[in-house]
Amino acid sequence: MLHIEDLHVKVGDKEVLHDINLHIGEGETHVLLGPNGSGKTTLLMTIMGFANYSITEGKILFKGDDVTTMKAHERAKRGIGMLFQRPPTISGLKLGKMLTAISRNKENDIPELARSVHMDKFLERDINKGFSGGEIKRSEVLQLMIQNPDFMMLDEPESGVDLENISLIGTAIGSLLEKDKHLIKRKKSGLVITHTGYILDYLDADKGHVMCDGEIKCHGNPREILKDIKQRGYKECLECRHQ
Amino acid sequence: MPSPVKVPELSKADQDRVAQAGIDLAMKNRCGSYLQMDQDIVQAECSQQGIEVLSFKKAMEKYDGMKEYTWKAVSPDKDEITQYVAAQKEPKGYVIIAHKGSNNILPIQACLYLGREQIQHVHNIIVAEEGAELHIISGCTSGAHVGKGGAHYGISEFFVKKDAKISFTMIHNWSENIEVYPRSASIVDDNGVFLSNYVCMQPVKKIQMYPTATLKGINSVARFSSVVISTPGSYMDLGSRAILEGMGASAELITRAITKGGTIISRGHINGKTAGTRGHLECKGLILNDGVIYAIPEIEGSVVGTELSHEAAVGKLARDEIEYLMSRGLDEDEATATIIRGFLDVKIAGLPEALQRQIDASIDVAEKAGF
Repeated sequence: MLHIEDLHVKVGDKEVLHDINLHIGEGETHVLLGPNGSGKTTLLMTIMGFANYSITEGKILFKGDDVTTMKAHERAKRGIGMLFQRPPTISGLKLGKMLTAISRNKENDIPELARSVHMDKFLERDINKGFSGGEIKRSEVLQLMIQNPDFMMLDEPESGVDLENISLIGTAIGSLLEKDKHLIKRKKSGLVITHTGYILDYLDADKGHVMCDGEIKCHGNPREILKDIKQRGYKECLECRHQ
Repeated sequence: MPSPVKVPELSKADQDRVAQAGIDLAMKNRCGSYLQMDQDIVQAECSQQGIEVLSFKKAMEKYDGMKEYTWKAVSPDKDEITQYVAAQKEPKGYVIIAHKGSNNILPIQACLYLGREQIQHVHNIIVAEEGAELHIISGCTSGAHVGKGGAHYGISEFFVKKDAKISFTMIHNWSENIEVYPRSASIVDDNGVFLSNYVCMQPVKKIQMYPTATLKGINSVARFSSVVISTPGSYMDLGSRAILEGMGASAELITRAITKGGTIISRGHINGKTAGTRGHLECKGLILNDGVIYAIPEIEGSVVGTELSHEAAVGKLARDEIEYLMSRGLDEDEATATIIRGFLDVKIAGLPEALQRQIDASIDVAEKAGF
């Protein structure tokens, strides 16, 4: 599904991602762990195609096609989607209007989908204006439900969210990632950033990666890596120079 | 329902321009109509019981000079525009009176069309008597081929009596060589509500207006909403003022301004003169192409117990907002248009659905043309 080779990324004049290699197969969900400021969000924004993130070396292949130089909307149309940790507030633009715009001709029942994540009362509200942490994340999930991407990146979907909302969001994301289907029938893939690991109760992650200082330091079983980090912190990861 | 308006001399292009100004020549969703082409009155009628739509001349004859109202909200000596209109031997314009307790569900339309004349002048008087509710859409436009240019001088005096309500939605669809000088004022009595909505999405050479609402009555309300786009060569000096005199009076002045290269001066003034009054002024501007948005919000309080606030911001489209929508699959132009459409989307509390739709339709036309 997603294949990243020798990727180097600059923000402004500074290189913040170095030599990233990552392969996420069809139906797989991977977890990206790492301390604050290690470059996790930068990687997601780069994969999405945001203009501020400049790829200086390497390439990104999506479904076998090179999308390295494509703009964000072209990547979105090919099936890449993202749940933002802190999406912008857009004054005046109603959530319902935005959903209609991104839905295009798809046969989405927007009110019904909104009800399923308790966002039906927010369709006439300005996007993210005055939304609580949980409401922002439910709005993001709702947008992903409308988009229904083949590969979705989730940037801390549980941050700022209470336990009840984590369950709602987790279940909805699990469904988007086809976790309710048998392993071999899953077609959707994901890459999830988490600090707490709460979301993993709903996602059945296949593989974990640890990012430090703009590099992916190691790969492995996501729950074991998380357990290790909870016990020892990231100190040893920062010291580790060999995968 | 009044019969459709017959204007055989209007070309299809000009009929479209009239329609873009919110005028429904077929009269399907209107209960009354006043149409003035240059200085000729084509239509003045209303089918709604309790509401009269009269030419200025006829109203003067019928109601003994309308002494209670004529030049009582606007001073004839205010400036050269008012002096010019006051000096006319045959004043034109309309008088709309919603008699006590009347209510129009379908709005009345007033169309002022400038074709051949150098100057079109009107003097309008609008009255909602006690307990009445009156909704008006005023579409002002010029012929598609007014080569020599022209000017429109318009005096409008509004009187909102006790427990009454007037909504006045004005859509301007002039052209690059037209100058427009409305001079409007309203006087609002106890529990009265005055809603003034202004939309201008099309080029105009110059427009200058600063309508004033004097809220004399207890708990009276005024809301001014303006949504404007200024194209290169357009000079728009716009404003609105609310004077809070009655106990509990409140006012809200909202402006959304976009320049694509023209000039917008966005003035606003709320004067809180009495305890228990409230006012809020908000101007948001977007500069899409180099032009000028000059916001001058003024709030003036002179007693303990008046609460006034203002908020003004001028800027550009935020890159992160555009890219956010792009990440959902909209291309850059679609994302930009979607954000601008949202920026201009001012919902007006208390406005009938038909009029809100008309405002939305005017903005839709601008959106389809690519803002």
